[in-house]
Amino acid sequence: MITSIVQFASKLIRGNDVVLPLNDMHKFNGGVHPAGHKEDSTTRPIGKLAIPEKLILPLRQHVGHIPKIKVQVGDYVLKGQMLAEAEGNVSAAIHAPTSGTVTAITKEVIPHPSGLPDMCITLTPDGKDIWGELQPLDWRNTAKRELVASLRLSGIVGLGGATFPTHIKIGADGKSHIHTLVINAAECEPYITCDDMLMRERADEIVKGMEIVQHLLGAKACIVGIEDNKPEATVAMRDACKTLANASVKVVPTLYPSGDARHLIHLLLGTEIPHNQRSTDVGIQVFNVATILAIYRYFSFGEPAINRIVTITGNVASPQNFEVLFGTPLPSLIAAAGGAKTNTTHFIMGGPMMGFDLPTSEVPITKAANCIIAASPDLFQPPPPAMPCIRCARCADACPVSLQPQELYWFAKSDNFEKARDYNLFDCIECGCCTYVCPSNIPLVQYYRYAKSEIIAADMAKEAADLARERNDFRLARIEREKLERAQKHAERAASAKAGDKKTETTKPESSSSEIENPATTSSADDAKKAAIAAAVERAKAQKLVATNVADSPTEKTVTAETAKTPEDEAIALKAKQDKQAIIAAAIERAKAQKLAAAQAGVAPKNIENVSVAVQAEINETDAIREKAKQMITAKEADETL
Amino acid sequence: MLGLALVLGILLGIAALLFKVEGDPLVARIDAILPQTQCGQCGYPGCKPYATAIAAGEADINQCPPGGDAGVHALADLLGVEYKPLNAEHGAPKPKSVAFIDEATCIGCTLCIQACPVDAILGAAKHMHTIIASECTGCELCIAPCPVDCITMQPVAETPDNWKWKYPVFPIKVISTNGNRTS
Repeated sequence: MITSIVQFASKLIRGNDVVLPLNDMHKFNGGVHPAGHKEDSTTRPIGKLAIPEKLILPLRQHVGHIPKIKVQVGDYVLKGQMLAEAEGNVSAAIHAPTSGTVTAITKEVIPHPSGLPDMCITLTPDGKDIWGELQPLDWRNTAKRELVASLRLSGIVGLGGATFPTHIKIGADGKSHIHTLVINAAECEPYITCDDMLMRERADEIVKGMEIVQHLLGAKACIVGIEDNKPEATVAMRDACKTLANASVKVVPTLYPSGDARHLIHLLLGTEIPHNQRSTDVGIQVFNVATILAIYRYFSFGEPAINRIVTITGNVASPQNFEVLFGTPLPSLIAAAGGAKTNTTHFIMGGPMMGFDLPTSEVPITKAANCIIAASPDLFQPPPPAMPCIRCARCADACPVSLQPQELYWFAKSDNFEKARDYNLFDCIECGCCTYVCPSNIPLVQYYRYAKSEIIAADMAKEAADLARERNDFRLARIEREKLERAQKHAERAASAKAGDKKTETTKPESSSSEIENPATTSSADDAKKAAIAAAVERAKAQKLVATNVADSPTEKTVTAETAKTPEDEAIALKAKQDKQAIIAAAIERAKAQKLAAAQAGVAPKNIENVSVAVQAEINETDAIREKAKQMITAKEADETL
Repeated sequence: MLGLALVLGILLGIAALLFKVEGDPLVARIDAILPQTQCGQCGYPGCKPYATAIAAGEADINQCPPGGDAGVHALADLLGVEYKPLNAEHGAPKPKSVAFIDEATCIGCTLCIQACPVDAILGAAKHMHTIIASECTGCELCIAPCPVDCITMQPVAETPDNWKWKYPVFPIKVISTNGNRTS
């Protein structure tokens, strides 16, 4: 009885057998209906862009760590060859989109709202487009761990725009509790049609990719969520999904931002994910259609992430979708779309709601670039001047995350960041609905972005300060420890010296072992050391004096010899010379006598009685080592002669 | 009554022993506000000694240039005292920078290593030294001891990594004044 209750409870908690309410549509709060403009770029099929003259591949194309460069300037690389390797856990590799030569590894302007340059690999294609060795994987008969490890090398990231490395979304241990795989094909932002066109033209491949990802995640069900403004894509996907069991296509009403992962899950499954959890915590994982296709291409053909579909639309002659190699400079893409019209002011990367203005048109296409919009004053009227907030709370009605945008605005505007954080600023998805509905034209999202980046910077500074404090504490502790150790060493040395004295002069008292720890001994040891140093200095001085005396006489001699060669001088010089010679001779005699005495007494030097026990032990040890070495050498020599 | 007082007294005594707070909590709270540059510009040998001095009422709250105005405000809030502008005697706030060793000039004297309060310099005697930039607090304590003046301070450059969204500003547009406008 009890066990059955426990089992039931654990099932409830794990959510393994959750019955999915597939037929109901669950609405979320807020959302807006901006004009779609999608038909502009769906009239033409996906084009293929020719290989440009050069490809600029930024290292920063994904969320996480910068990959490590594996090539050098001048290297010839084949298509699909890895140029930079994923470093750390959250990172993605970068591959050569075509064959050619690496001509530069420099800082170039990247498509980033900051407009700052960052490290890029420049590849000059040779036009031959030769693939390197491709290694397709038989995913059905390979261990999941191996498949995920292989996916890490693929460089595939979320192509919906978030660019989160894909291999992390698939748990390597196969222990994920994912029961439902959601394929995000909502594509709710205006103008963007790359996923729509991909589904229309390559639905079969997408479904094959879904099968692979479903296998990797161990998901029981797979749901494709498409907005109802894409009927052709829906039909294509429904047809293709017939081949895959447990897969279904569900149409959601057109409402921005239904393409946000959390909102799509809510629409499809009715599951609301707690704001401090991820979708995986409730057993749901979301992938974009383009990512699914990239995974399929990787496992079936071994092709790493080297291209993507990009929508080029807005103020261009013929808006269209293109399959573009990563690194392709934007002007090539604009030229393929018939060129930008003359009144184009700037280019937007991403959609008009969440995208950002490109700093210049000379930027490369990256993994995040789903759409490029040529902007003109006709398409995007410059916003009228912002007026004061009238507290109408329309933004709160429109907020899909159910925040209080007007409150967040006040806090952000007055730099009251702690309060903004308390009001869940970091749950804001920056969808722009609040800005869209604001009657006072306040750029609310800009305030939130400002507040967010200030808070993040402050948090990082705090982290750095904590690290500095820790390191400083450690350093002080280390200095203290070293001081103690040094004092102890001195004490020990002094004690051992005293012990030696005791051995030779038995009449001398004191020097008990208990005194070693005593600081008094330490100070006496210090005194002894000081005395020794003073003595050494005295000795050095005396030696110097002698040396100068000895040195002085010959110089004197030469000087005098040069000035006046009197016989007296010569006699003095001769005498000095003789004296010196006599001293040297005497010294040699003494040394000889010592050597003889040593030879007679044995190997040990004469003053052996004066050394302390410790030093004697050391000498013995050294002698033992010497003896051993000698034996080894003789043994080795014997071996060699044999 | 007396018995109750005795019992409570003993209980309190035991609680004081059991839940003894290590160190001075006020010092720790002040130390948490200080930027941990360990530069000694305040006149104390580090952030913690300065925090201890503030807690003891020996030092003023406006002696920390790296903490800036925000730091003084935070200290004033914490201690419930009046805000006062930074004391210019202790230096002016500078943009965050890190030390940089010109490795060609470095002679490997280890003097800077001994001066660094956070062990952010790597090297050994007679070997080239280098700064671990991520650990450097920009305290400038390594500059003075260097006998060959090979250490310079370099301001931290803005990269896409540390770039911040700016406060929204509304550009003032120049409108042509040739009288064509009707309104």
